[in-house]
Amino acid sequence: MIEVANLTKRYGGVTAVKDLTFTVRPGRVTGFLGPNGAGKSTTLRVLLGLHRPSAGTATVDGRPFGGRPRGLRQVGALLDAQDVHGGRTARAHLTALARSNRIPPTRVEEVLEDAGLTGAARRRIAGFSLGMKQRLGIAAALLGGAPVLVFDEPLNGLDPEGVRWVRGLFRRLAAEGRTVLVSSHLMSEMEHTADDLVVVGRGELIAAESLAEFTARGCRQRVTVATPAADALLSLLTAEGASVRTEGGLLVATGMDAGRVGAIAQRHGIPLSRLQEERPSLEEAFMRLTADAVQYPTGDAR
Amino acid sequence: MTTAPHASPRTAQPAVPQEEPRPRFADLVAAEWIKLRSLRSTWIAHGAAALAVTGLNAGTAYDTYAHWEERTPADRAAFVRAGLPLQEAFTVNAAVVTTVALCVLGALPLLGEFATGALRTTFTAVPARSAVTGAKAVVVAGFATAWGALVTVVSFLLTQAILDGRGVGIALDGPGVPRVLLASTLLAPVCALTGLALAAALRRTAATVLASVTAVMVLPLLLGEDRYWTALARHALLLAAWLRLTAPGGSAPPPYPWTEAGAWTVYAVWATAAVSVTVLAVRRRDV
Repeated sequence: MIEVANLTKRYGGVTAVKDLTFTVRPGRVTGFLGPNGAGKSTTLRVLLGLHRPSAGTATVDGRPFGGRPRGLRQVGALLDAQDVHGGRTARAHLTALARSNRIPPTRVEEVLEDAGLTGAARRRIAGFSLGMKQRLGIAAALLGGAPVLVFDEPLNGLDPEGVRWVRGLFRRLAAEGRTVLVSSHLMSEMEHTADDLVVVGRGELIAAESLAEFTARGCRQRVTVATPAADALLSLLTAEGASVRTEGGLLVATGMDAGRVGAIAQRHGIPLSRLQEERPSLEEAFMRLTADAVQYPTGDAR
Repeated sequence: MTTAPHASPRTAQPAVPQEEPRPRFADLVAAEWIKLRSLRSTWIAHGAAALAVTGLNAGTAYDTYAHWEERTPADRAAFVRAGLPLQEAFTVNAAVVTTVALCVLGALPLLGEFATGALRTTFTAVPARSAVTGAKAVVVAGFATAWGALVTVVSFLLTQAILDGRGVGIALDGPGVPRVLLASTLLAPVCALTGLALAAALRRTAATVLASVTAVMVLPLLLGEDRYWTALARHALLLAAWLRLTAPGGSAPPPYPWTEAGAWTVYAVWATAAVSVTVLAVRRRDV
């Protein structure tokens, strides 16, 4: 269980995270979404005790992680796959980490195998591709068999096989009852992986809900109408409860399906040259929500 | 929570016992030792520094050997009487190279982690930062001591074997030998800890190297023995302490003399201060 409460982090005059509050529950994969610079990595660094919060708290299982003497059995984390010394072999890197937490060397061989790195274990990390470094970072996160796992952009640079492995891994870890928090700036990466979403923009919380709720809210269907009597239809539809705006000579109505729009037009003898129903993708919904947050941080967009 | 049927048995039943074993400092020392020895650069850089220092000492002894015939008998006697054969076991040039090289080598384990970001990985695995930096200090000091002992003993045996070709080499149990060997050996870990402390405080590679060179090499050049205050400041420096501890018995005392115990104290104070700075500098800052 991860709890972030009223977390604020400022670097000099720049506020990276502002009054952020959310909870990440065990047994589920939680996607931590937001555009670049939204404050995801900052939040994770504060959560892991690497940075000190300016205000608020971030705890793992009720305690600040930074106060623990050893970390690997509490939280398995991959913050940045590049945060390794290129001069060491993959095995040496993992062996040193394991040793510091008194984890037996046999476990190093297990996670190397899980990550598909057994063949590369004796190679120096400097020669690894980004995808291989991601695998190494994930292997390190698995070392302690921790109940809480945190991954920052784990899919960057992975090949399709790697992406499939990672998605399956997240599902498995959650199914075992672990807390799994995965950050990403791409909705499409989370669409088939996450159960819950925490969405941030400009350091502030935009949404913290299940993927299903987010989908229902963000992907309301729209009806696009083309008519010579646009003004008349606009006021009619608005009077019937739809929210309507004009977009390049077309009317775009939400909160009403195409059949209803057609019926209203017919009743008032308004000719339609086009009547179309569309459902935005999750990616679009995410883009719209986060773009709004950037432009109107508190306002009711559109 | 139920286990999904497709979960591999390994991930489902972690091989690691979940009850946290009692944290031991020794584990961190072992981990830091794995990190130090698993870098090829550790061995290459320490090997190169050892060759340079040993080479400087052997070269000086060989020079004495080669030009021995040019000396008058009185000159030869004065050479022995002044204790110069022992001084050639570890020359001033070798000491200067040792201080600069070991400062940088001692800084590297931490600089490498700052520069690559690996320190974040380290502190995520072990949030107890002071224990991590403390373990690093133990490993850096231990390795540098071994390096110092090896280089000092090899230099001694090599130079005295060369000087024995002229019949003036001295034995390991000769007068003053243990003090010279110990002072030269311990110069290495004290410098390495100094470098580590500067790395912890400055974090940047270039700044650390510059500060190291200034602290151990430039300051001794700037502060002379001839005035009371500069002499006093000079006596707080590592190289000055080493010079005091290895001064040949027959040399004239400086204008403002100081005791051997004072010089040993300088070693101890530098080492203690360096460890304190190392531990405190990264205890709370964002990494």
